[in-house]
Amino acid sequence: MIGQVVFNWICQKPVHNRKKTEKWGRSMMKPWKAVKRLVPLFAGLALLLSACGREDLSVLRPQGTVAEGQLGLIKLSITIMVAVMIIVFGIAAYVWIKFRRKPGQTDVPKQVEGNFKLEIIWTAIPLVLVLILAVATVQKVFAYGENYSADKNAVKVKVTSHLFWWEFSYPDYGVTTAQDLIIPTGKKIALELKTADVLHSFWVPSLAGKTDTNTDGTINNAWIQADKEGVYLGKCAELCGPSHAFMEFKVKSVSEDSFNNWVEAMKAPAVLPEDPAVAEVFKNQCLTCHAVGDQGGPVGPNLTGIGSRETVASILLNEEGSGKPAGGKPVKDNMVEWLNDPQKVKPGNKMPQPKEDLGLTDEEIDAIAQYLADYKLSY
Amino acid sequence: MAHAHSVKRHKGLMDWLTTVDHKKIAILYLIAGGLFFGIGGIEALLIRVQLAKPMNDFVTAQQFNELITMHGTTMIFLGVMPVIFALMNAVVPLQIGARDVAFPFLNSLGFWTFLFGGLLLNLSWVMGGAPDAGWTSYTPLSSTTYSLTHGVDFYTIGLQIAGLGTLIGGINFLATIITMRAPGMSFMRMPMFTWTSFVTSAMILFAFPAVTVGLVLLSFDRILGANFFNVEAGGNPVLWQHIFWIFGHPEVYILILPAFGVISEVVSTFSRKRLFGYSSMVFATILIAFLGFMVWAHHMFTTGMGPVANALFSIATMLIAVPTGIKIFNWLFTMWGGQIRFTTANLFAAGFIPTFVMGGVTGVMLASAPADYQYHDTYFVVAHFHYVIVGGLVLGLFAGLHYWWPKMFGRVLNEGLGKVEFWTFIIGFHLTFFVQHFLGLIGMQRRVFTYLPNQGFDLMNLISTIGAFLMGVGVIIFLVNVAISFKQPKGVAGDVWEDGRTLEWAIPSPPPEYNFKQTPLVRGIDAFWKEKMAGNTEMTPAEPVGPIHMPSPTILPFVMSVGLFIAGLGFMFTSDDFGNSLLNFLFSNYIITGIGLAITFGSMLLRSLYDDHGWHIEPEEMNDKGVKA
Amino acid sequence: MTTPHAQQASGALPHEPEKATLEGRNKVLGFWLFLGGEAVLFGTLFATFLTLRNQVADGPSASELFSLPITAAATFILLISSLTSVFAIQAMHRGNRTSLARWLGITVVLGLAFLVLEIYEFTEYIVHDDYGMTTSAFSSAFYTLVGFHGAHVLFGILWISILIGQLFKKGLTVVTAPKVYVSAMYWHFIDVVWVFIFTVVYLLGKVVG
Repeated sequence: MIGQVVFNWICQKPVHNRKKTEKWGRSMMKPWKAVKRLVPLFAGLALLLSACGREDLSVLRPQGTVAEGQLGLIKLSITIMVAVMIIVFGIAAYVWIKFRRKPGQTDVPKQVEGNFKLEIIWTAIPLVLVLILAVATVQKVFAYGENYSADKNAVKVKVTSHLFWWEFSYPDYGVTTAQDLIIPTGKKIALELKTADVLHSFWVPSLAGKTDTNTDGTINNAWIQADKEGVYLGKCAELCGPSHAFMEFKVKSVSEDSFNNWVEAMKAPAVLPEDPAVAEVFKNQCLTCHAVGDQGGPVGPNLTGIGSRETVASILLNEEGSGKPAGGKPVKDNMVEWLNDPQKVKPGNKMPQPKEDLGLTDEEIDAIAQYLADYKLSY
Repeated sequence: MAHAHSVKRHKGLMDWLTTVDHKKIAILYLIAGGLFFGIGGIEALLIRVQLAKPMNDFVTAQQFNELITMHGTTMIFLGVMPVIFALMNAVVPLQIGARDVAFPFLNSLGFWTFLFGGLLLNLSWVMGGAPDAGWTSYTPLSSTTYSLTHGVDFYTIGLQIAGLGTLIGGINFLATIITMRAPGMSFMRMPMFTWTSFVTSAMILFAFPAVTVGLVLLSFDRILGANFFNVEAGGNPVLWQHIFWIFGHPEVYILILPAFGVISEVVSTFSRKRLFGYSSMVFATILIAFLGFMVWAHHMFTTGMGPVANALFSIATMLIAVPTGIKIFNWLFTMWGGQIRFTTANLFAAGFIPTFVMGGVTGVMLASAPADYQYHDTYFVVAHFHYVIVGGLVLGLFAGLHYWWPKMFGRVLNEGLGKVEFWTFIIGFHLTFFVQHFLGLIGMQRRVFTYLPNQGFDLMNLISTIGAFLMGVGVIIFLVNVAISFKQPKGVAGDVWEDGRTLEWAIPSPPPEYNFKQTPLVRGIDAFWKEKMAGNTEMTPAEPVGPIHMPSPTILPFVMSVGLFIAGLGFMFTSDDFGNSLLNFLFSNYIITGIGLAITFGSMLLRSLYDDHGWHIEPEEMNDKGVKA
Repeated sequence: MTTPHAQQASGALPHEPEKATLEGRNKVLGFWLFLGGEAVLFGTLFATFLTLRNQVADGPSASELFSLPITAAATFILLISSLTSVFAIQAMHRGNRTSLARWLGITVVLGLAFLVLEIYEFTEYIVHDDYGMTTSAFSSAFYTLVGFHGAHVLFGILWISILIGQLFKKGLTVVTAPKVYVSAMYWHFIDVVWVFIFTVVYLLGKVVG
C-alpha cells in the first residue's frame, strides 16, 4: 500500500494515466495519515531522487506496455516488502527500547524455549505473502514471454549486438540500420536478438526489461511497445568489455506514417560524397566495412542517414537530436571528434583508427564528416 | 614409554608456518583475510572514486574492469571466506568441547592452499594485468579471443588453488563436528554457530567441486585450446553460466549462514536468554541450505530459459524468504523479555537485523522474474548483494570478531572506540548502498566504468562515494582498536562477557593449547549456562585428568601449497615466449608444472611414509590457573 | 585415549582395525565426505559431457570413433579389480597381511592393465585419427571426463603401491589399516565412476550415436 502511494506520489503524477493516480490517491488517504511520521523521510527521499529519473530512461517512469506491467509488479512487491520491513523494524525498535538492561540488574530473565503459535504465524504469513507475489509473477512471466514474431500486426526487428554497437534490421522491409531503432508508435515490436561476439543484454528501461543476446547461437525473443512518440534511451546491460558503459542506443518511436517514410528513405539509392576525391576515399576506406544505402559492407554500423540520428557513436549527443539534448554538439563536430580518434571516444572498439591505420588526412576527415553530417533522411 | 616421543617445538615464524593448532590457524586465517579484505577494500574505493562524477578519467576502462573483477573475486573468495574460517577455527572446536579438529594437518593444508591461491590471483596485478571479465567471468568475454592478458588465467588457477583450500576446510569441519563432540553434546544441543558452520561446510562440500570443474573447463579452453565454450567448435557458453551459478548461488548461503550463527550467539548472550525457537532455527538453516541449491538459475532470468523455467525458479527463490523470516523473528523474540546489553558486538548484531532484512526483501523482489528483467545487472542488484553480504555477513563478522576477540587473544577490544567504529561503518554503509537501489531503477547498469552527465546519476553516485570512504574510516578505526588492544596485557577472564552460555566461555582466554584439561560433560543446550544456573562455576568433567595427545607441527602443508603455486604458475605460461630459450623450454614442456606437482605429491608421500605419532602434554605441565574445564 | 602405537605394542589387532582409533574413524568418515565432493565433481563433468556430446563440429562423432571391445575389456578389468580390492579388505579383517598385500598387488596390476588400455585408446585417437583436445567441443568434454578418471586411476595405483610397501615395512597396524581401507573405498569409487563413463560415454555414444 505504502509503496503504491510513494510511487504514485513521487513518480507517476506527470504520467498520462492520471485517472488511475487520482483513484489511488483518494483511496490511500488513511494509511497515508498513519505513516505521517515517515513523511519527512519520504520528502527527503523525493528530493534526492529528483523525480525518479528521466522519463526516457527510468524504470519508474514507464512509457510502454511491458515496462508498465513490470513496474506494476515492482510496486506490488515493494508494497509487500515495505509492510514486512515496518513490522520487523517496529518490533526491533520496541524490543531494543523496552528490554534494555537496567544498571544493576542481576536477576535472570525467563529462558523461553520457543512458542509454537508464534512460530506458526511467522511461517504462515510470509508464505501467504510469497504466494501473492508468486501468482502475479507467473502471470507476467508468461505475458512477457510471448513470442510475437509470427504476428502479422507486429513489426519484426532482428537485433544484433556487436562490440560496442547495435544493429537493427527489419526483415519485412529489407532495411538495416544501427544505433537508432525506429519504431511505429502503439505497435508491438517483435524482437529477435542475437550477438555477433560476446554476451550483451538489450535494455530500454522505460519500455521493457532486459533480454540477453546469447552467445550460444540461440535467438531470444522479446517484445516492446511504446505508447507515445518519443526517443527512449537503451543500454547494454551485460559486461562486454572496456566500452560496455558506452554501448548505448536509442529507440525512436514515431507515427506510423513517419515510419513508412523512413523505410522508403532508407531504401533509396545511396548518396555518395559529391567531391569525387572524397567519394573515392569514402568508398575505399569506409565502405569496406560500413554500408550506405545499397553499397558497402555489413561489418560496421550501417551509415545510411546517419546525419539525422540522435548521436554519433551512441554517446556523442547531437545538438540537432530530439529534445535538443543538454551537452549536445553539432553532428559534424561529433563526427570529426569520432573520426579523429575513435579509441579515445570508445576505448576498445573495433574500428581502425582513421588517421593511424587508414591514413586519412585532417582534410579528408573533415570532408567525410561533413558529408555524413549532411546525409539526412526526411521522415 | 608410549608418551616418550619428543617433539620439536618451533618458535617465531617457524611456529606459525608449521602450526596445526586450530587456534593459531584461526589467527592465520584472520590475518590473511584481513590482508585480502584490505586489498578488496582499496579496490572498492578506487571504483568509487572513478564513479564519483560523470565522465571521470581517474582510471581507464580496462583498469576499471580489472578493478571490479578483482574487487568481487577478492572479497568473496579471499576476503570474507577466510574470516569465516577464522571464526570457525577459533570457536567451533571450543563450542563442541573438543581438543582439536578432526584433521589438524588438513586444517593447516587448507589454510596454506587458500593463501597461496589468493596470492597467485593477486600476483596478476604485477604480472601483465588482472582478470577483467567480471567475477562471474562469463564466456566468451573471458576467452582468449576477448581477454588478451593472462588475467583470467590467474583467476582460474588462483581460484582453483584457493578453492581447494576451502574444500579441505569444509571437509575438516564436517568431520570435526560429526565425530569430535564432547560426551552429551548431541546434535540438537550444539550451539547455533556450530550448527551453521556445519551446514555451511556441507554446502562447501557440494558446491565447490562444481566450480572446480568450471574453472578446469575454462582454463583448458584458455591454455590447452579446448572448446567447451567455443561456439565455432560446438561449445556452449551458457554452460559456463549454469556451472558458475550452480556453485555461485550456494556460495551466497555459504557466506551468510555463519553470520546467522554469529548473530544467534551474540543476541542470545547479550539478552541473557536462550535462543528463541532453537529447533526451528536449525530447521530453517537446513532448509535454506537445501533451497540454496535449487535456485541458481535466478541469476539467468534474462538468458531466455523460457517462461516455465523462469516461473519455477522465481517461486523457488521466493520460498527462501520463509525460513529466513523465521530466523529474523526468532532473533527478535530472543531479545523480547531479555536484558539487552549493547556492547559493540551486540550493536553490530542489532545493526545486522534491519540491514539484512532490507537486503532480504530486495532479494524477494529480484526473485520475481518479470520484475528482474528490469533490475537485472543494474545498480539495484549491486545494492541488493551488498546489503546481504556487507550489511549481513560483514556486520555479522564484526559482531563475531568483537564477541570472540577476548577468547582468541585474551584481550578485549575497546568498547568506546568500537561504538564509533560501528556508527561510522553502518552510516557509511547505508549512504553507499541505499541510493544504489534507485540508481539502478532510474537506469544505471552495473559494471560501467563511467556514465554520461545529465542522466540524473551524478548526485547519488557522489553520495555513494562519500559513504564508501566513511566505511573505510570505520574499518581503519577497527584496525586502530586492534592495535590498541595488543598494548594491553593478555589474560582477561574466561567468561569475559559474564553471560557466556556455550562451552568456549568455560575455559581461559585465550585457551591453553589443549583447550580442555578434561573433556567436559554436556548436560543440555547452552552447556555452560546450565552449569552456572545450577550454581557451578565450571563444567563437570567427563574424564579424569591424564596426558593429552597432540599432533606434531609440520611444514609439509606449507610446502605442498608452494608446490601447487609453482605448478599453477607454470601451467599458466606454457605457451608464452619469454625471449629466453631456457625459460621457454622449461615452461612449454610443463617442466615447471611438473616440478610444482612433484613438490606437492612428494610432500604427500612423505606424510604417508612417516607417521605422525604426535606428542603428549603431561598433567603436571597443565599448571595454568583455572584450566580445569 | 587410545594411541595407535599402544595398540600396536599390545599386539592384538581388532577385527576392524581401520575403525579402532579415533584417527582411523575420522579418516574413514572424512574420506566418505571427500567422495561426496568427488561425486559432485564427476557429476558436473558428466553434465558437461552430456551437454556437449553431440557437438562434434568437423570432427568425428562418438559412433565413428569408439571401439567397444577395448572399452568393454577395460570395464571388465576394472570391475574385477574392484572385486580383488574387496578380497584385500577381507584379508585385512582376518588380520592376514600377506594375503592383503597380495590382493592389493593384483588390484594394482589390474589397474595398470586398465590404464594401458586407456593410453592405447587415447593414442589411437590422437595419432591415427588426429583427434585431440582441440578438435571439437565433444572431444574436449570426452578427454576431460575420461582423462580425469584416468588420472584418478593413476593416483590410485601409485597410492596402493605405496601402501603395499608400507604394509611390508610397518606391518598391518591400526595406523596402516585405515589407509588401506580408504584406498579401497577410493578404488570402488573410481570403479563406479567408470561404470557411468562406460554407459554414458561409450554405450550411449556407440549405440544411440
